[in-house]
Amino acid sequence: MAEEVLVFGAWGSPFSRRVEMALKLKGIEYKYIEEDLTNKSPSLLKYNPVHKKIPVLVHNGKPVAESLVILEYIDETWKDHPILPKDPYERANARFWAKFIDEKCLSAIFKACWGACWGEEKEHEKAEIEHEKAVKEVSELLQFLENELKEKRYFGGETVGLLDIAANTIGYWLGVFEEASGVELLTREKFPKLCNWANEFVCVTAIKENLPPRDKLIAYFRNRFGAGNASK
Amino acid sequence: MAHEVVLLDFWPSMFGMRVRVALAEKGIKYEYKEEDLRNKSPLLLKMNPIHKKIPVLIHNGKPVSESLIIVQYIDEVWNDKSPLLPSDPHQRAHARFWADFIEQKVYDTAKKIWATKGEEQEAAKKEFIETFKILEGELGEKPFFGGETFGFVDIALITFYSWFYTYETFGNFSIEAECPKIIAWAKRCMQKESVANSLPDQKKIYEFTVWMKKYFGMD
Repeated sequence: MAEEVLVFGAWGSPFSRRVEMALKLKGIEYKYIEEDLTNKSPSLLKYNPVHKKIPVLVHNGKPVAESLVILEYIDETWKDHPILPKDPYERANARFWAKFIDEKCLSAIFKACWGACWGEEKEHEKAEIEHEKAVKEVSELLQFLENELKEKRYFGGETVGLLDIAANTIGYWLGVFEEASGVELLTREKFPKLCNWANEFVCVTAIKENLPPRDKLIAYFRNRFGAGNASK
Repeated sequence: MAHEVVLLDFWPSMFGMRVRVALAEKGIKYEYKEEDLRNKSPLLLKMNPIHKKIPVLIHNGKPVSESLIIVQYIDEVWNDKSPLLPSDPHQRAHARFWADFIEQKVYDTAKKIWATKGEEQEAAKKEFIETFKILEGELGEKPFFGGETFGFVDIALITFYSWFYTYETFGNFSIEAECPKIIAWAKRCMQKESVANSLPDQKKIYEFTVWMKKYFGMD
């Protein structure tokens, strides 16, 4: 029976790229549909009526939404190149860190780069303190990830796993945010393991083929969030 | 080999309750350790250094944190009875999606109902009802979110039921009036021993919240 796999995504979104990375790793053919998030298609709204967001994976007509949920679905459906370990404890660990990245890291990074918390009305000094606080928080979060990596080549061990894919925000998008905003966060001195991992990660074929062009991404974020708050 | 299972918990926590329900569903014997969240134990800080939060399940000395991750872990380790997640991948994804929806939408809004006043409280009530109406839609005519049997999504949501009296009293509204199917579903869940024995009395939660508001000067 011919399988139909559709991915609704947005070219710059790390979340929809995660889905494509997992499918590529497993050698699954799919049709990609680029969504204009300012003008969502009727199909997207039909397949994800609850959140109306990308990514959505549609497999033989049945939709799955939320990137981490989709990754687990992909792993359970296509058994080649497993991205989650077999051991329940290791699986719980991977899920824990993926949740950590999504719930804690991204918002902290945004705050540090573009001050989601501070606006133009705040005095310069206050803005500085908020910025320093945000940078410190990111540093603490990255330290946890640095420690979790230990001596492994990838978070998944010898091969790229679910946690590596979930960490695409750290492995690629973080560098983009840093350059777009001028704020340095993932330094080699403080996070040698994480930097090494990021370099390895973006070289993996299935990952490399699914990274949006760097310059285009930098321009997009600069345009959307301003030139950043590195130093005023 | 005896399995050693320890649960670090806090009795009013709807997150801790989820783990209690899952352990009870599987008939797992465990040691319950009550944490004083104003004075966290060295064990908790060692077992969950990242978030320093309960619940933490310690299985043969190894910690698992985050309530829904713990519930999945329990389901995967003790896989010989009472499956909490369906076996079909699409149904599993469906269950995970709705558990995630509950994670995203319920707690913060619900907290605002008892922790705030005025406009903020009214907005929270409105959002709470909207969220539960969506959940009612998802439940449909099924006895449980899991279908014929109690499962993952039911566990994720039912523990909030112990807080309903608190929300209704502080928010001055009736959840049953707005979402009768949810109340019917909750009462159905409460008929299960695993649920009834894991959830504290609603009035006790209310008394706790009244005390907490005074203690933290939130009145």
